[in-house]
Amino acid sequence: MIPFIGKRLMEAIPVLILSSLLVFAILHLVPGDPVDAMIGAASFGISTPESQAALVASIREQLGLNDPLPLQYLHWLGNALRLDFGQSFLRHQPVATLIAQRLPSTLELAGAALVLSVVVGMAFGILAALRRNTWIDGAVMILSLGGVSMPSFAFAMLLILVFSVFLGWLPATGSGSFDRLILPALVLGYEGTGLIARLTRASLLEVLGREYINTARAKGLPPRLVVLRHALRNALIPVVTIVGLQVGRLLAGSIIVETVFARQGVGQLAIDAILQKDYPLVQGIILLTASAYVIANLLVDVSYGFINPKIRTA
Amino acid sequence: MPALPKPAGPYRRAWWRLKRDRLAIASAVVLGAIAILAYVVPLVIVIDPYQQSLRDSLLPPGSPGHVLGTDNFGRDVLLRLIDGGRISLTVGVAAVLLSATVGGLIGLVAGYFGGWVDRILMRIIDVQLGFPGILLALVIITILGSGLEKVTIAVGIGGIPRFARVVRGSVLNTKHDLFVEAARSIGASDMRIMFTHLVPQTLGAAITIATFGLATAILSIASLSFLGLGAQPPTAEWGLMLSEARKYLRVAWWLAVAPGVLIIAVVMCVNLLGDAVRDALDPRISSTAD
Repeated sequence: MIPFIGKRLMEAIPVLILSSLLVFAILHLVPGDPVDAMIGAASFGISTPESQAALVASIREQLGLNDPLPLQYLHWLGNALRLDFGQSFLRHQPVATLIAQRLPSTLELAGAALVLSVVVGMAFGILAALRRNTWIDGAVMILSLGGVSMPSFAFAMLLILVFSVFLGWLPATGSGSFDRLILPALVLGYEGTGLIARLTRASLLEVLGREYINTARAKGLPPRLVVLRHALRNALIPVVTIVGLQVGRLLAGSIIVETVFARQGVGQLAIDAILQKDYPLVQGIILLTASAYVIANLLVDVSYGFINPKIRTA
Repeated sequence: MPALPKPAGPYRRAWWRLKRDRLAIASAVVLGAIAILAYVVPLVIVIDPYQQSLRDSLLPPGSPGHVLGTDNFGRDVLLRLIDGGRISLTVGVAAVLLSATVGGLIGLVAGYFGGWVDRILMRIIDVQLGFPGILLALVIITILGSGLEKVTIAVGIGGIPRFARVVRGSVLNTKHDLFVEAARSIGASDMRIMFTHLVPQTLGAAITIATFGLATAILSIASLSFLGLGAQPPTAEWGLMLSEARKYLRVAWWLAVAPGVLIIAVVMCVNLLGDAVRDALDPRISSTAD
């Protein structure tokens, strides 16, 4: 087990290092001097050229832009590891504070979507497998295919149109209350629900065809127990992987869903920061999100090794 | 002696299989109809999707002269959808071409030369695969700035790893085949072997990836335009049209439905076609999960 974890760790570290290099490079690859971008925001009320120049110099000093690049990178990375991503150009607050303010909303949305897709996806998958080749099976399969092909923003607009505009049951935008969470969580969870339903169905059908299931049936176990106690345990192993992969999907999807539903989350903050050229904020969000993604996938891989011992030697 | 009929090549046989797939043909017909509307109609009649007429703003579908109604500036929705179709299909194809060219070259070089070249290139590709696609797109857009061309580049770069992987796999499978040895023994250069002998062998797999890639590219570009990072007003891009329709949902729902339905239809048809192309090119692989 230890070598297995070590190997996975060795694969994750280069991704983390290259991600940090890429994110660090943003500030140096943008056209023009990043300080000019800050000046635009910071120089209200300063008009004399001397004070402009003094401001530029002080900002360069503050950002450490006079140091050689490798030193700048190490300095920046050191700060980033302590969750210090510097000051937002426009909002005059530490980037970490800004992200921390928005994080609960995003976590709430992603958590709700994950629970929804796991519970509903597995339930639908089991149902479709047990009622194979009936209309129930067909309906579940069509619903889950829709989840893969349907762009989340189009699905979101459809739900808003039906449930907010026509029926008036749920609010279309905003965050902070349960009724404002339902539609966004549905949208964000839909694709995962479809994937999990399809996989659970396929995996359960495969396991149900095995010899030991016949044995369990032959010794007279009630069909319900055969499925729940014997088949499902093995059938759910591949499902665990796909649940892990959801983490990345949810992170990416939340950016779009938050924008459609005007939720004050990290994703929307990222889009605002990009449009406003607030580079430290963009860097902080992207580095944190990418790290969360890599670490989540690492944890899934490792837990998969615990669940299925065969994988450790592979 | 009568000449035997020429044996059918793999692509001809794939074409036969594809023609029997009704779902694939239906998807192709829908896509073809949209493509003809988008590319041919503007050639035949003069359309101006930017013609404003504030007196005629927010007309419902079925109004005289505006089959699908008008938007808040009184612009004809149908004409904007047609123009948007041309934009979406063009940038989608452009993004896939970018991924295919760069990714294909990386895969070809890595697979053919092997050794440390292969290890370094594939390591980079693996790292890119481990980095969420949307974050990479956001990094590239932050650096390049927003705009339709920049979003196309960002999405194109995001598609590189899959092409690189698949092309490398095909090259590894064929580079020790007899015809490659034969080419080398008559003194063909590395370049010649790679581009005239190995590239055709990788096309089958690359076509499958390209079809799915087109669906992903169209969807990603529309999503980024929806977020305000891609096409800028007044461009008639479907994702942007959908985003602009948000403000008028309560008074003019048709503004959201029309581009939404088209995006879903195009992405779904391209995906179905991708499934069929994969099955047709490689009948050993089954398309369904079960």
